[in-house]
Amino acid sequence: MEYCPVKYPDPFNQDISKNKAIHIYFAQAIPLITYIDESCLYLKEKKCRICEAVCEKDAIDFTQTPERVDIKVGAIILAPGFESFDPKVGNKYGYGKMANVVTSMDYERLLSSTGPFEGEIRRASDLKHPRKVAWIQCVGSRQVIPGGKSYCSAVCCTYTQKQVILTKDHDAEAECAIFHNDVRSYGKDFERFYQRTEKLRGIRFIRSYVTIVKEVPETKNIILKYTTPDEGTKEEEFDMVVLSVGLNPPADAHELANQFGIELSPHGFCQTNPFDPMETTRRGIFVSGAFHGPMDIPESVFTANGASSQCGELLGYRRGKLTTERIYPPERDVSQEEPRVGVFVCHCGANIGRVVDVPSAVEYSLSLPYVVHAQEQLFSCSTESTNQIMDVIKEKGLNRVVVAACTPKTHEPTFRYSLREGGINQYFFDMANIREHCSWVHSKEKEKATQKSKDIIRMSLARACHLEPLQDFDLPVDKAALVVGGGVAGMTCALSIANQGHEVHLVEKERDLGGIARKIHHTLEGMDVQAYLRDLIKKVYQHPQVHVYTEATITEVTGYVGNFVTWVTSERGVTEIKHGAAVIAIGAEVHQPAEYLYGEDDRIMTHLELEERLAKGDEKVINAGSLVMIQCVGCRNEERNYCSRICCGESIKNALKLKELNPGMDIYILFRDMRTYGYSEDHYREAAGKEVKFIRYEPQDKPQVEAGESEEGQPVLKVTVTDDILGSKVEIDADFVALAAATIPTAGSKEISKLFKVPLGADGFFQEAHVKLRPVEFGTDGIYLCGIAHYPKHLSEAISQAYGAAGRALTLLSHDTVIASGSICEVDEKKCMGCGACVEACTYGAIELYETRQGKKAKMNPILCKGDGLCNTKCPTGAIQLKHYEDEQLIAQIDAAIGDG
Amino acid sequence: MCTGRVDLAFVFRSFYNGMDGVYIGGCRLDECKYITQGNYHALNMVLLSKKIMEHIGLNPERLRIEFMSSAEGSRFAETVNDFIKKVSAIGPFGKSEGLDENGLKSKLNEIGSLLPYIKIVTRDKLSLRLKEPEEWNKLFTKDEINKLFSEVISYYIDPEKCQACMTCAKRCPVEAIISAKNQVHVIEQEKCIKCGTCFEVCPTKFSAVTKISGEPVPPPIPEEKRTIIRKGKEKSI
Repeated sequence: MEYCPVKYPDPFNQDISKNKAIHIYFAQAIPLITYIDESCLYLKEKKCRICEAVCEKDAIDFTQTPERVDIKVGAIILAPGFESFDPKVGNKYGYGKMANVVTSMDYERLLSSTGPFEGEIRRASDLKHPRKVAWIQCVGSRQVIPGGKSYCSAVCCTYTQKQVILTKDHDAEAECAIFHNDVRSYGKDFERFYQRTEKLRGIRFIRSYVTIVKEVPETKNIILKYTTPDEGTKEEEFDMVVLSVGLNPPADAHELANQFGIELSPHGFCQTNPFDPMETTRRGIFVSGAFHGPMDIPESVFTANGASSQCGELLGYRRGKLTTERIYPPERDVSQEEPRVGVFVCHCGANIGRVVDVPSAVEYSLSLPYVVHAQEQLFSCSTESTNQIMDVIKEKGLNRVVVAACTPKTHEPTFRYSLREGGINQYFFDMANIREHCSWVHSKEKEKATQKSKDIIRMSLARACHLEPLQDFDLPVDKAALVVGGGVAGMTCALSIANQGHEVHLVEKERDLGGIARKIHHTLEGMDVQAYLRDLIKKVYQHPQVHVYTEATITEVTGYVGNFVTWVTSERGVTEIKHGAAVIAIGAEVHQPAEYLYGEDDRIMTHLELEERLAKGDEKVINAGSLVMIQCVGCRNEERNYCSRICCGESIKNALKLKELNPGMDIYILFRDMRTYGYSEDHYREAAGKEVKFIRYEPQDKPQVEAGESEEGQPVLKVTVTDDILGSKVEIDADFVALAAATIPTAGSKEISKLFKVPLGADGFFQEAHVKLRPVEFGTDGIYLCGIAHYPKHLSEAISQAYGAAGRALTLLSHDTVIASGSICEVDEKKCMGCGACVEACTYGAIELYETRQGKKAKMNPILCKGDGLCNTKCPTGAIQLKHYEDEQLIAQIDAAIGDG
Repeated sequence: MCTGRVDLAFVFRSFYNGMDGVYIGGCRLDECKYITQGNYHALNMVLLSKKIMEHIGLNPERLRIEFMSSAEGSRFAETVNDFIKKVSAIGPFGKSEGLDENGLKSKLNEIGSLLPYIKIVTRDKLSLRLKEPEEWNKLFTKDEINKLFSEVISYYIDPEKCQACMTCAKRCPVEAIISAKNQVHVIEQEKCIKCGTCFEVCPTKFSAVTKISGEPVPPPIPEEKRTIIRKGKEKSI
């Protein structure tokens, strides 16, 4: 890389910085290897070949040609993602012409520490830090113009807020303005995120259409023109403008569709069925991620896990046939040996090596006690290097290994394998992170970074010398699953698991299956929900491996991953169910409003009740002259600080149905932000086109509903609202009012949360293990989550997540055993004074006191221990120790920190 | 391993080693991925440590805990830079507080040996979940800490009452009781962690172990006088 003469714009950094023809894709790329691309001089002009000459390992081979590989498969998953909108199309935004107009993708790279300016936000025109930045929302989305897309891209509102927060992190004095239409914070915790952004100093959210007037020739600043109700139309100058570009289908979507014989949706993404969201129009081909249509990371993960489960349904019978088991040599007993440590210092390409003096770190390591071998490696994680570690362990009889490289989070398992292959216990290993802690953060202070690397290696070594061999243990896995909740999510999940050959116990508290979907009659796309539900329930009852328990309550849950025992009281009596995995799919409820005369006057109903009345053909409602819908009833307020996500779409759906049945009806929707994300935007536009009237209201000036009389003396509901645009009060005579009532957690959530020891979030919905990356599972192993118990979501999203939970459950259930870490707590009974402080501290119930002849003593259940080590700090005598992180090991590390000064 | 695993002992060991500052980074409060919420415990541990530091004349600013997520890299850098700046301004450990090095070491050593006792006494408070930062500083008061150190408890075996039954010695978690058959038992005060197990288990008919609060412990009975001469046995001979 040092020698390559070709420098060209780096597409990974949005062409803002330069890269070489031979390069690593980006710093965290997997695999982290160098490659040569088409910009190479030799490939283009048969010149150069410098890299070939300088490579000591002869790793460069210019004779390689593309190879055709035929693979026979039983199923295919398409995950080509999306393309971001190119704002050059339509030529509206000056992008490509004005240096300081960038897209949100460009800006994302500017913010990144691996970006073009190493995390500094700089303008292209003068490389100065911008002080005043504007974001323009909906660039390429929600536009019915040539080149634009009519749908909402679903993610831009929130990613913009993230960029604003990060901008303020970079420069607390920065001024940010966001020009937006509706702010669509419909995702889990997004409302809070929106508030956090809004509260920052120097942030303005401006609800206005905006145009780019010009670039100031001298300063290259940008002038924007916009309109606000208070100030009218005005122009304002900004240092930089970020275009929040939308999500487009992949450029080669048509080619892909032809190749695989699948159909595309009118928007050019993959055509799917809302009731079977991962299946394409061709059987056996599934889709995952944004090729579905615009979606955020959690939904993308649902579909990924879900598509894997659907492949499993097709191919489950072949599961594991292509895997081979790894056999390790027997472990050497080193208990009688003095520590013999090998230290391997990684260059990480240039990532570490260009800052930290690696040879000097190696030399220093050799001067430390117990170190019998030290060497440098270009990439310690490469197969060649890990094999080398294994060989050195054998040759030099090492009994401890320290790798000074990156974070153990990514590569610790790799090196542990090397130790096992080398014939020593895998826990005789420690990683010194000299990349994140040294070269990356102190890139400008090479000497200090090198000194710090040496300190970290010394500390790591001190700990390594005290490490003890531990054995991970295998736990058997009971092959059955328990699904709690018999709604659409629970049933879909149960069927997907059962279709892969596992017994499923489906527990429902009501007499009938179906959950909240029993009250939904059609989807926004017009699909018949009740017919779908009848079919689903039939499949559940007909499936020989699904056992349904209705009118059920769960009284006790014991056990742990792979081995749960749950007691269920149902119409079948009391049943003890043994299961390896559990899925929580207990749904949610509709808030019963205590405002707008709800419950006092039967002309006022919730949106679900309206749907019910429409489905029953209630003439009074259908033939009414006017109907008002009020959005955000019972949420987006202090008590429930979240958006219920589905109500905007639900109200549009009902409005369109009413317009279909009675085109003359006056329908008003009083809203705060219309959050019809994704394709729902088209239905919003359709409703507006059919003259459904939308009036925005502010939360501090909510609409008023009173019973009254029309001018003709007919009894009506008087609805008063301040029209945001007109700035004056509007009075509407309505025959009916429908309230878009919040979706709220079910009453049983707390109980289930306690029984299964899984957490609830601040809003009372179940808290997944990771909001973005692990949205269908809990931190507690073996317990999974789907449906609106997680957060309000549309039916097709709930179905995706249900398949997703099934997919995750299957990765557990398809194994005969699970490996539990050996790094858990252990009690030295002699030292235990039986005070019970550890028992109190353990939230997993892994410790119990029991009577011995020497009084009360603590006893560990190693399977329940999560290895957090909290109990250790509570124990007055040091009797309970978290193995691998024992006091002695950590104190040794602390003592080594001081070093020789 | 959770932030809650950071032991009082680790903090004071670092200071004993002469570190100028200790920074603890934990997850954001109420955002525990598990159900442990150990960061609240770590917070309480820090609040207690700071008060103890004040008690012995150390600047409590030398210890800091910050809560953040892995996505907040710049916040981490900011808080660490700020901490280093503050600690550098405070100056070298002990010296800038005007403390004599040996005196300070012996104080820290004493605290080190009292940690088990401190854990026992503060157990309930260390487990609280204090949501509001206003509550944090009030968790431990100066008086409370003064009392903690002025009324340190010790246990002592009354040689007159001890019947050398070995019960306490067997149960002592740290083997701090010198015992033998027919020998009056003696607590080695240097090893004792003041857990009170001996006090609890000494048979009530003997009640030989006494609890002493804030007073010096009587010197141990000399080895040659420890043999118990049992009256009953004398008669039978």
